[in-house]
Amino acid sequence: MLLVERARQGDIAAFEKLVRQYDRQVFRIANHIVQNREDAEDVVQDAFLKAYEKLDQFQGNSKFYTWLVRIAVNESLMRLRKRRTGRMVSIDEDVETEEGSMPRDLADWSPDPEALYGQSEMGDILRKTIQGLPPGFRVVFVLRDVEGLSTEETAESLGLSIPAVKSRLLRARLQLRERLARYFKKRNGQAVHTQSAQDGAK
Amino acid sequence: MTCTEFLAQLDEMLDPKMSGPLRDDLQEHLRCCEHCEITLNTTRKTIEIYRSHELYALPDDLRERLHKAILAKCKKC
Repeated sequence: MLLVERARQGDIAAFEKLVRQYDRQVFRIANHIVQNREDAEDVVQDAFLKAYEKLDQFQGNSKFYTWLVRIAVNESLMRLRKRRTGRMVSIDEDVETEEGSMPRDLADWSPDPEALYGQSEMGDILRKTIQGLPPGFRVVFVLRDVEGLSTEETAESLGLSIPAVKSRLLRARLQLRERLARYFKKRNGQAVHTQSAQDGAK
Repeated sequence: MTCTEFLAQLDEMLDPKMSGPLRDDLQEHLRCCEHCEITLNTTRKTIEIYRSHELYALPDDLRERLHKAILAKCKKC
């Protein structure tokens, strides 16, 4: 709180420390929403600038980070809207889908998926999979499960109710699980990746 | 407990700090439902795998460039 207080009083060095403390998280969150690196860079700049300009409005009732995340999410959604030539984009978009409401793919994952893919290939799979989720599910999963915000902080950051966060989180987790299962599940006793490699070798 | 009821409470099972009668009921369901056990294990793995992979790392050079740009704009405020 001390850093925020000092920054609020115009101490630019204190604000710089806040930027260093939270820039990686803001960059990750922005990338997950806008799915474009240049736009994510712009979001990082705009979010911190807006936070600096509005520091006097920060009440201190919530954590600075939660308040900053809310600004970054809004900036990200605005950036998405610009790219989609003015079409409205909100975190409520496409959340009515039935996908992921009940698990279908019920094969276990074995061996450990980490053993099947290299770091880079795994990164591609994870990015591709999460990018397929509706933004309103994606952002809840990222804040809650990747960035480690509590349910209450996630709700506050997104302007959603706690039941809405819980419901979206469940759907997001199940959709991701279902989609990753296509890569990781056992098939006839063998993992998909191993089977595909053998198919390719025939 | 049905599978649908179990699923609605999946969050409870994914939180290691959760305890109490609800968790006991969920554990009881797991003992006789392989499908829900697989759903729980693979959902837990889904979360772990996303948490342990840095999908959008901020490289040092870009980080410095962004800092300079942010602070230059703040100083103009």
